[in-house]
Amino acid sequence: MAHLQELEALTKALSGLGIDEKSLISILGKSDPARRTTFRQRSTHFFIEDERSFERWDDHRINLLRLEFVRFENALVLWAMHPWERDARLVHEALTLVPQSYRVILEIACTRSSEELLGARKAYHSLYDHSIEEDVAIHVTGSERKLLVALVSAYRYEGPKVSEDAAKSEAKLIAKAIKNGDKKNPIDDDEVIRILTTRSKPHLKAIYKHYKEVSGKNINEDIEAADFILKETAECLCNPHAYFSKVVDEAIRNDADHNTKKALTRVIVTRADVDLKEIKEEYNSLYGVPLTQKIDDNANGNYKDLLLALMTRD
Amino acid sequence: MATFVVPANVSIVEDAETLRKACEGWGTNEKAVISVLAHRNATQRKQIRQAYWDLYQEDLVKRLESELKGDFERAVYRWILEPQDRDAVLANVALKKSSDYHVIVEIACVRSAEELLAVRRAYQARYKHSLEEDVAAHTTGDVRKLLVGLVTTFRYEGAEINTRLAKSEANILQDAIKDKKFSNDEVIRILTTRSKTQLMATFNGFKDDQGTSITKALLGEPADNEFKRLLRIAIRCINEPLKYYEKILRNAIRKFGTDEDAITRVIVTRAEKDLLDIKELYYKRNSVPLDQAVAKETSGDYKAFLLALLGKQD
Repeated sequence: MAHLQELEALTKALSGLGIDEKSLISILGKSDPARRTTFRQRSTHFFIEDERSFERWDDHRINLLRLEFVRFENALVLWAMHPWERDARLVHEALTLVPQSYRVILEIACTRSSEELLGARKAYHSLYDHSIEEDVAIHVTGSERKLLVALVSAYRYEGPKVSEDAAKSEAKLIAKAIKNGDKKNPIDDDEVIRILTTRSKPHLKAIYKHYKEVSGKNINEDIEAADFILKETAECLCNPHAYFSKVVDEAIRNDADHNTKKALTRVIVTRADVDLKEIKEEYNSLYGVPLTQKIDDNANGNYKDLLLALMTRD
Repeated sequence: MATFVVPANVSIVEDAETLRKACEGWGTNEKAVISVLAHRNATQRKQIRQAYWDLYQEDLVKRLESELKGDFERAVYRWILEPQDRDAVLANVALKKSSDYHVIVEIACVRSAEELLAVRRAYQARYKHSLEEDVAAHTTGDVRKLLVGLVTTFRYEGAEINTRLAKSEANILQDAIKDKKFSNDEVIRILTTRSKTQLMATFNGFKDDQGTSITKALLGEPADNEFKRLLRIAIRCINEPLKYYEKILRNAIRKFGTDEDAITRVIVTRAEKDLLDIKELYYKRNSVPLDQAVAKETSGDYKAFLLALLGKQD
């Protein structure tokens, strides 16, 4: 019976995000050859029956497992980094390792303050001998290029002054662009790009407010149906806590792929000193479960302990 | 090298008092204003403003604005501001009053990356908008793309050159010129993201390959294309700013009806930088010293002020 419990514990230690190092040491570390054979025979998702009569690690699973082993290390290294270097490295990785994942670039360009984004651009110079906009322009193609280059180059005004008249007329422009969405992608519209990439965040929030008056619809509804990138940009700029909550929730799901999972580390580490408290509140109100509990249930070992430590500092 | 002469012993407090006396009572003692301000560097001018405020609880700049007139007032006003503040004012005037967008190109392309950043900050402090916000809102189409790209870039400033890249991007530029598609996205990408060193290598590669400089190749039809004009100015400001400024002066002085704005702008913004080199270039090109040419086309206090900045000692 202890066998079965041990097997379950081992399976749990090796599934989810991160690895339960302690359990592996205490169970597997102390096991004799017979126990380990049982472990291999019963863990059919890790080991396959080789034709030459031995249980062999599935290569694909080893690679996945290695990613889990390293999750704690990556989180710690990212945590110790200066925020500027963090953001620079994240953007570079997003550009060069994963060509199609522009979300990280959007996230950093839109959720950082003007000075933080500037810092990231300086660090990017030091690390890569290129400017961030240079590399984004070269690696990103299509409609997204104009938007992303402009977003990473922005140095938005951060004061409270907003021109309500301009906000109203720009709400009209955006509504029109979204309505014409099936004929022309809104992010190809010069005015949409101008508004999203140069206006201050308070101004954009004012546009949101006026959107309902001028178009009769709630901007969230319209945007949900519109281009994905437009949606993410608007959310990052105007409602980052909801954005981060969603991204983290996707990362914790069982069917999350490798890149989606990385978001958990990225969000917790990059927001821990900024607005993690607000993100926790938003997460709770969106999903009815405390984020700390979700992480406790779905992460393991040192990785879990590190995340929870970041989340419960005071 | 700077041109104007700063005396060895400067008393900031005395300067503030001198200026106060110059503004008191009937009329203004313009000579006294020139004798102080035209012979103080940026740090000293800033200290004088502070001392004036400490002594008299009045903003020296505002006082001078009300006491002085015409071209003289405009020149002194620009001179007394800190360089980044000055550039912010020049950019704003170019956008909202004169539509002389080449001024914006000048600022974006001649200043270093850090200086341009300082201008963006000063612009926000003064106008409660970001520079790119206002540039985007006042321009359209391709001119907008070029100008916004130029003012928002934070160029890498290292000396590295990628020769293969320079060649391929020179070809892209050549193709665009050949097809008369000057404003295609690739041209804008290259001009608004690459480092200056890399761009100069590209322009050199162009010349080696085509036998003619890229600015010469951009002459010709269509003649009155605003985008093409600004593109040429951007290239000249990046590649050979001294020659560019010499030509501005030459045109401003030769033109029927002198262009005082241009003369003021060049002399005031370069007096602390490279006006000496521009003077040498001017003499080489025109066989007349710049001082002499300026003296012939200007008069009164304005002339006296310009000549003092050009190096004349009382």
